[in-house]
Amino acid sequence: MNGKAALLCLLLGTPALPQGFADMGASADGFALPNRETVLAFPADHAAHPEFRIEWWYLTANLQGSDGVEYGLQWTLFRTALAPGESDGWRSMQLWMGHAAVTTPDAHFVGERLARGGIGQAGVNVGEGAPFRAWIDDWAMQSKAAPGADVLSAMTLTAAGPDFGYEVQVQAAGPLVLQGDRGFSVKSETGQASHYYSQPFYDLTGRLDLPGGPVNVTGHAWLDREWSSQPLAADQTGWDWFSLSFDSGEKLMGFRLRDADTGFTSGTWIGADGTATLLEPGALQADPLDLARVAGRDVPVSWRLTLPERGLDVTVGALNPDAWMDTSIPYWEGPVRITGSHDGRGYLEMTGY
Amino acid sequence: MIRTALTALLSHWRRHPMQLAMLLLGLALATALWSGVQAINAEARAAYDRAATILGQDRLDRLEPASGTSLTTADFAALRQAGWPVSPVLEGRTVTGLRVLGVEPLTLPRDAATAGLPGLSSDRLTDFLRGRIALVAAETLARPEVAAALEGVAATAAPDLPPMTILADIGLAERLLDRPGEISAFLIDPSRPLPGPVPIGLTLQAPAADDGLARLTGSFHLNLTAFGVLAFAVGLFIVHAAIGLAFEQRRGVMRTLRALGVPAWTLAALVMAELLALALIAGLIGVGLGYALAAALLPDVAATLGGLYGAAVPGTLELRPGWTLAGLAMAAGGTLAAGAQGIWQLMRLPPLASAAPQAWAAATATTRRWQALAGLALLLATVLALVAGTGLWTGFAVLAGLLLGAALILPAALAAGLAAVAKRAKGVLAQWFWADARHQIPGLSLALMALLLALAANVGVGTMVASFRATFTGWLDQRLASELYLTAGSPAEAAALRAWITPRVDAVLPIVFAEVPLSGQPGEVFGVADHATYRDHWPLLSALPDVWDLLARGEAALINEQLARRAGLDLGMILDLPGGPLPVAGVYSDYGNPAPQVMLGFDTFTRRFPDVEVTRFALRLPSADAESFATRIRQEFALPDTALIDQAGIKAFSLKVFERTFAVTGALNVLTLGVAATAILTSLLTLADRRLPQLAPVWAMGLTRRRLALLDLARTLVLALGTAVLALPLGLALAWVLLAVVNVEAFGWRLPMKAFPGDWLKLAVTALVAALGAGLIPALRLMRRQPAELMRVFANER
Amino acid sequence: MVLTVEGVSKHYETADGQVQVLSGVSLTLAPGESLALTGESGSGKSTLLHLSAGLDTADAGQIVIGGTSLSRLDDAGRAALRRVRIGLVFQHYNLIPSLNAGANLAFQARLAGRHDPDWAAYLADALGLASLLHRYPEQLSGGQQQRVAIGRALAVRPDLILADEPTGNLDEATGDTVLALMLSLVAEAKAALLMVTHSERLAARLDRRLHLAGGRILS
Repeated sequence: MNGKAALLCLLLGTPALPQGFADMGASADGFALPNRETVLAFPADHAAHPEFRIEWWYLTANLQGSDGVEYGLQWTLFRTALAPGESDGWRSMQLWMGHAAVTTPDAHFVGERLARGGIGQAGVNVGEGAPFRAWIDDWAMQSKAAPGADVLSAMTLTAAGPDFGYEVQVQAAGPLVLQGDRGFSVKSETGQASHYYSQPFYDLTGRLDLPGGPVNVTGHAWLDREWSSQPLAADQTGWDWFSLSFDSGEKLMGFRLRDADTGFTSGTWIGADGTATLLEPGALQADPLDLARVAGRDVPVSWRLTLPERGLDVTVGALNPDAWMDTSIPYWEGPVRITGSHDGRGYLEMTGY
Repeated sequence: MIRTALTALLSHWRRHPMQLAMLLLGLALATALWSGVQAINAEARAAYDRAATILGQDRLDRLEPASGTSLTTADFAALRQAGWPVSPVLEGRTVTGLRVLGVEPLTLPRDAATAGLPGLSSDRLTDFLRGRIALVAAETLARPEVAAALEGVAATAAPDLPPMTILADIGLAERLLDRPGEISAFLIDPSRPLPGPVPIGLTLQAPAADDGLARLTGSFHLNLTAFGVLAFAVGLFIVHAAIGLAFEQRRGVMRTLRALGVPAWTLAALVMAELLALALIAGLIGVGLGYALAAALLPDVAATLGGLYGAAVPGTLELRPGWTLAGLAMAAGGTLAAGAQGIWQLMRLPPLASAAPQAWAAATATTRRWQALAGLALLLATVLALVAGTGLWTGFAVLAGLLLGAALILPAALAAGLAAVAKRAKGVLAQWFWADARHQIPGLSLALMALLLALAANVGVGTMVASFRATFTGWLDQRLASELYLTAGSPAEAAALRAWITPRVDAVLPIVFAEVPLSGQPGEVFGVADHATYRDHWPLLSALPDVWDLLARGEAALINEQLARRAGLDLGMILDLPGGPLPVAGVYSDYGNPAPQVMLGFDTFTRRFPDVEVTRFALRLPSADAESFATRIRQEFALPDTALIDQAGIKAFSLKVFERTFAVTGALNVLTLGVAATAILTSLLTLADRRLPQLAPVWAMGLTRRRLALLDLARTLVLALGTAVLALPLGLALAWVLLAVVNVEAFGWRLPMKAFPGDWLKLAVTALVAALGAGLIPALRLMRRQPAELMRVFANER
Repeated sequence: MVLTVEGVSKHYETADGQVQVLSGVSLTLAPGESLALTGESGSGKSTLLHLSAGLDTADAGQIVIGGTSLSRLDDAGRAALRRVRIGLVFQHYNLIPSLNAGANLAFQARLAGRHDPDWAAYLADALGLASLLHRYPEQLSGGQQQRVAIGRALAVRPDLILADEPTGNLDEATGDTVLALMLSLVAEAKAALLMVTHSERLAARLDRRLHLAGGRILS
């Protein structure tokens, strides 16, 4: 029981043990389950799905500073529900968690926020009339899209931690990408799944506030949107996640769910024009190369990724092996460099170590 | 050598087991009273600390609403979105008096976490957030009020919570308190900077470094401590007597040991080691007794503190190292202090000094005179301190000065008194009786001083309590003039109640109040209707002639005595209040309330505090109908018991609190007296052997042992009575200082002192009973002396 | 006879067991007669004196004072007899420390209701105490204290004076003076005197003498 979602469940003490096969109705405790037949509709699906147990708005970015330094940036809003549905006041069973980070080759800044639903401290608005806004406390992901455009196509993101902060603008240079089967992403051989789409084509400009002073940055960002109720199988112990952007303009979302056996890998190959191709389970090979001692654990911060059908054979290495998210439930999340058959930049997330 | 010497020294105790028992008893009693009081104080302080540190109140800044307004969840969301690192707290009391603290665990600053509160990674957090579990102090977990309030909620023991307090998720708290959407205050996370100036309508409160409870109850504990010190001092008299006797009786052994080549310092070290060992044994017994004493008294103390100050103190005692070690240290220190004189003499003793007995505590007429002069000087200084000084400690210094001064004067005063009586005595036995009584003073003076202190404390505290009671009951009658007091659950219910009640009673008087800081302390402002109930009964200490008209017109305010004293306000002076200053038109007595208070006319109040709803009423009706009417309202509106209180009920409750307050004092009083009686007994036993050469010739000249014993007992009684005569004015002076100085400083009110001559008679009887108890055993022993023992007096050197 | 002692025996319990102090002692003393009782330490002479004063009771035999047998009296009866008819003089004077010399001198007489101010004044004068009467015992020398004690014993006009080593604590010159005073005053008061002493020299100054050894009368 691990991975981003299980982490949230752990954090909030909800029994996240999968209830066996994903039956098409509701789970035993009343949460809705992902359905292959569901057709995602926007902007409605940009909003929260409180009938599902977990959900996130997850943006990562690889940046170049005006000072010549390479940066990574993370803005995440997690939602988890103790019970399905939303109600007003403290009765709300929705809980929110914000994570923000800025990574440099030799530093990693982290901030975290926690909030209850129902009272307006955190939430996601996709209003009729009101612009899209996902927020927790004074952190926000605020739509700046022109009327008629997708509300996620242009946004301002703000966040701050104890020793850092940022305000960046992102502008989509490509379409939304539905992961898995038209947004239905299978997570295990036994059928655990989520609804999952991304916007991997953001151009980013903005400013980081770091202990050394403000830094203007430019670069590329990738937004993941995912919600589910039972994301992992019982025997899955952790999760290695890659979002890679190659210099060719092509992109790869790939993940490996670890278990006692060979694990479960899957992903999506995204063409430069946004054409998504679902990878068959096992097509992507991800093998750890170097372990680094991070926060008292051995974490693979260097990987060999191969995808023969695309002629991919790359080494993925952390920009900063110490990109440890020392939050309520800790995990590794940081920018990576890609070398080999394809060169590029990307983000790596590892949980369960 | 050391072993031999020690054996010789210790053999004394084998031969005098009674003396050993007395020494241990005296020391154990003194230690017991001291450590018992300390144990009570330590327990209470630990409880205050728990209350003070709960939710980091002692460390965290808070944002609080301006007076008269309340906060909502919308305020919370707005502040968070503006970057304020705040966490909401909802505080209140249930109708059954339980304190409820609602917190929001996700934003709660780390410094505010309480042991037992589920952490962010705890699997109990979900249950907490969902209101399925709540934390309750372990010792009040099983209380029925708690079970009733938390029906359907699993109560979990939390070691750091004060008693009768529920710590719950804010969502559960608002349900328990029936205050949906309300927030009392915000805690500020110190690890994050504040984004800007404090928003309008909120005030930033620095953490309360000095907790209010500790401050409020400080004087109460100071009182207890003073009692503990007094008891210990009295106990030391016993120890001094027993050790002095042991030194005197072993003078011969010591001389022999010295002559046989044991160095003085070795001997001194041995004696010191012996004393310390005895002190340790007695100290341990004393700490054990102290624990038992404290455990017995603590429920009353807890009730008192709860009733008087609302301070929650558990009724169970913990063995804390602090007071345990302090008790042992006091025992050791006291023993060494009592033995210092003996050891000093031992060090200076020439090896072949005469073994002739010297009266170890004998004060000659000259030293007696010097003592008395020193005592007079001390009393004079005390009077000067009273005139010049201020503050609670001055009050206690005055008390100490009075007691010590009077104790120093006691031997001279007794001697003078007995000399005067002796002059008038006619018969030869009478003359001998008085002369001999006077002759006993040096040997008994320490014990008699102990008796003086105990008796004076008895009179002083007794007079204070009785004065307080007389004033208090009168004041209750004035203050609680209405027959029924009604508290509605909501403004709507209040309106319904009022409509139904109004035609059925003589008058319905609305009472409104708001909590407002007054002269820098949390205080209350009340609004009352203009009615004869107040005009005729309100306990005004001083007032302008047209005080009630001024109040009704909103042109003036009434203040309680506490506020008047604290802020130095007098009639006509201007009082700062929310909504504008007002002149003071009257000062009323307000016993039992430590907080400052202001009374306004009802209309003025509602103008100044428009948000305060009327939910409380005083009802006037024929008092005979009160009970049946109360039953009718309850039936009609299904009110909880606590919503309607009849005057008799409040009075009974108030008096109960009052009685309990002084139950502890009374118990300590009796114990102190017991210690003093033991001191006399020890001294008499000490003196018994020395008395034989004085008594034997009288016996030889034709007085039976029985008569001698009776005369001896009578002599003890006379001395005790003489001491009591002196204790009376001392006790009254003590009472005056307690009422007029200590009370004013500690509680903010002054009580008129009343005399209770009946109690004085009781004092004399008490003194006689104590002396009888102490003198009986020595008298019986004298009566049963074998003639051979008496005859030996004529043959022996002694 | 003022004093008749017939076959008196007395033992004491001590830590070492029973000690027989007197074994069948008999003696008589006529009015005005003076008798010295000599013997070694522990010969029982003080015990005999104390028994004669009714301070303690004999195991066997009887003691008759002026026709009254002590064994017929209870504690109070013996105390009353002692008060009125016996004057005691001790080696250590045993004055009452809380009373001055005058009060001490008159003490027993007043106790017995036989206080005669003239007689007391005469005694004080004769004993050389007239200027010392206001003093307390602790302010008097040993000789002065013993003279007060003698005055106290005589003031009651007793039939019998019992003196236990009355000069034992005094230097020889003082002792002689005090003894001479006592003898002359006893004679003047017509009282009988039983004096315990271990001094042959002093014993020789009395009318008769008996020697005690091992609880028996020897001569």
